[in-house]
Amino acid sequence: MALLRLPERVPGLPVLALVLLLVPLFLGNEFHLDIATQIALIAATVVGLNLLVGYGGQVSLGHAAFFGMGAYASAILTGTYGWTSMPALLCGALLVAVLAWTLGRPILRLKGHYLSMATLGMGIIIAIVINNEGWLTGGPDGLAVEPLTVLGAELSIFDHYSVLGLDVSGALLWYGLAALLLLLAVWIARNLVDSPIGRALRAVHGSEVAARVVGVDTAHYKLLIFVISAVYASVMGSFYAHYTGFITPQVASFEHSIELITMVVLGGMASTYGVILGAVLLMLLPQLLTDFQDYEMMMFGLILMLTMIFMPKGLLPTLSEALKRLRSRPATAPAGQE
Amino acid sequence: MFAEFLQYLFSGVTIGATYALVALGFTLVYNASHVINFAQGEFLMIGGMSTVSLLAMGVPLPLAIAMAVALAAVLGMALHKLAIAPARKADVITLIIITIGASIFLRGLAQIIWGKEFHTMPGFSAAESVNVLGAVMYTQSLWVLAVAGVMVLLLALFFTRTLMGKAILATSMNPGAARLMGIRTQFVLMLAFMLAAVLGAMAGIMVAPITLTAYDIGIMLGLKGFVAAAIGGMGSGVGAVVGGLLLGIAEAMTAGYISSDYKDAVAFLLILVILFFMPRGLFGARVAERV
Repeated sequence: MALLRLPERVPGLPVLALVLLLVPLFLGNEFHLDIATQIALIAATVVGLNLLVGYGGQVSLGHAAFFGMGAYASAILTGTYGWTSMPALLCGALLVAVLAWTLGRPILRLKGHYLSMATLGMGIIIAIVINNEGWLTGGPDGLAVEPLTVLGAELSIFDHYSVLGLDVSGALLWYGLAALLLLLAVWIARNLVDSPIGRALRAVHGSEVAARVVGVDTAHYKLLIFVISAVYASVMGSFYAHYTGFITPQVASFEHSIELITMVVLGGMASTYGVILGAVLLMLLPQLLTDFQDYEMMMFGLILMLTMIFMPKGLLPTLSEALKRLRSRPATAPAGQE
Repeated sequence: MFAEFLQYLFSGVTIGATYALVALGFTLVYNASHVINFAQGEFLMIGGMSTVSLLAMGVPLPLAIAMAVALAAVLGMALHKLAIAPARKADVITLIIITIGASIFLRGLAQIIWGKEFHTMPGFSAAESVNVLGAVMYTQSLWVLAVAGVMVLLLALFFTRTLMGKAILATSMNPGAARLMGIRTQFVLMLAFMLAAVLGAMAGIMVAPITLTAYDIGIMLGLKGFVAAAIGGMGSGVGAVVGGLLLGIAEAMTAGYISSDYKDAVAFLLILVILFFMPRGLFGARVAERV
């Protein structure tokens, strides 16, 4: 049994690692590398959000607020108060965890999509606060962020570094870091899914009542996964802030929340690699649509609608199902057997 | 002092009546299909913008309004027919993302047709405002209230007195049983989307002379309407109206007495308070879940 399951599950991570390793070879310039780095950081955020949506069966319409809080905590603590990067990141993550726990505890005891309403409300309030409290956050003009410091060394995209005697640009190093973070995010997520927490959550997703009957403390597990996914967002928000060097309230906005949840649903809920695909596509789409200029927004909405109408399960699950069907049914199968 | 309070109350009730109409649209669609239609706000934008365009072409106001509402109604039906119905077997969250896609699409379309700038619409009456106990009441506010009142009344009559209205109610209660009784549930769902679009367009047209209109006003107005529906308890018609009015008044009071910067936060703070203390909203029914 275990042997049979191996080929299905294990290669995911190495394959992802290989892809991430090969990507820079195909990227022509710094601009492409920049987009790849951002995609990796956002994809890691979405892997965390997928734990909540895909496995917890709960929808967050305010995840960008957690991302934004992490980003602003890092920006403010390192910039205004002179902290180093890691303590600032941890402080932001702790703040987000406490907020998510406070918000989630009463809400997740309720059945239904109340968490989506609560996270929607919380997300917009946080975005408004960031916009209005300019003395702290720089307001709508945004805030410059110090470069990332790791163990006393500064990692800036504008510098060059010598790694094992090779001259490596800061941008490439940052890409490597983002890729490592994504792999780590996937590794943690896969382990969580296969842990007792993951099993309990799948039971909750299947039937909450049935799960409760067999003794799963459903509210507790949903809360736990909500906090974990919020911390994912916060940590990636911190890295994102250091990477881009400049953040605006846009990172915490409702629109950004919608983008994140769309990546999950588009790629395929409960499919860790699917949601990464969702993040890649959704972040590349605007780049591809820039040629359409004024039509960009309309095309984006249209593509989103059509994908969800024709592939309601998301891209990767739909594709892998189609592939399986192709493999299991020989080409000689009589037509119209469906 | 009192005049000031009255002034805030007037503007609160006016905007609240708009939220109430949007919330009714949300409630209608939610009842019939359990979909939270995030494209609801776009119907306000389409109603307001197309009325402005038609007026500019020299179409008289009543005809312009009728045409704009008809356009929204067609779009509402198209949204159901082309986007929701083909995916009806999908998860609720997938359907929500489809409505988000639709709203981005409509916003993008509006941006191409009407540009990004704000558009103004003249008030419906020649007289700008009347004085009530020392407070200024815009005549347009009276229009908003009157039209919202009439719409709510018509809707109530529709649901209690007509077969079609009862068919919608039956579908929302139990789609399976409704189908067995010979109700074409897909048609009923389309009707719900159409009615929601009409409500939204009317609200958008009425409020446009007060708030101006632009391609992206639908996001905030839609979200506020959603909050109003949630305050009333998703799915209750009376709740939607009360929720809308309460939200409008709370917003106007906050803007007047506390801080206009945080006016938009009120709605979302309210939704958290409601969820924490009375999760079924003010008028939501207590439902036992069947397993």
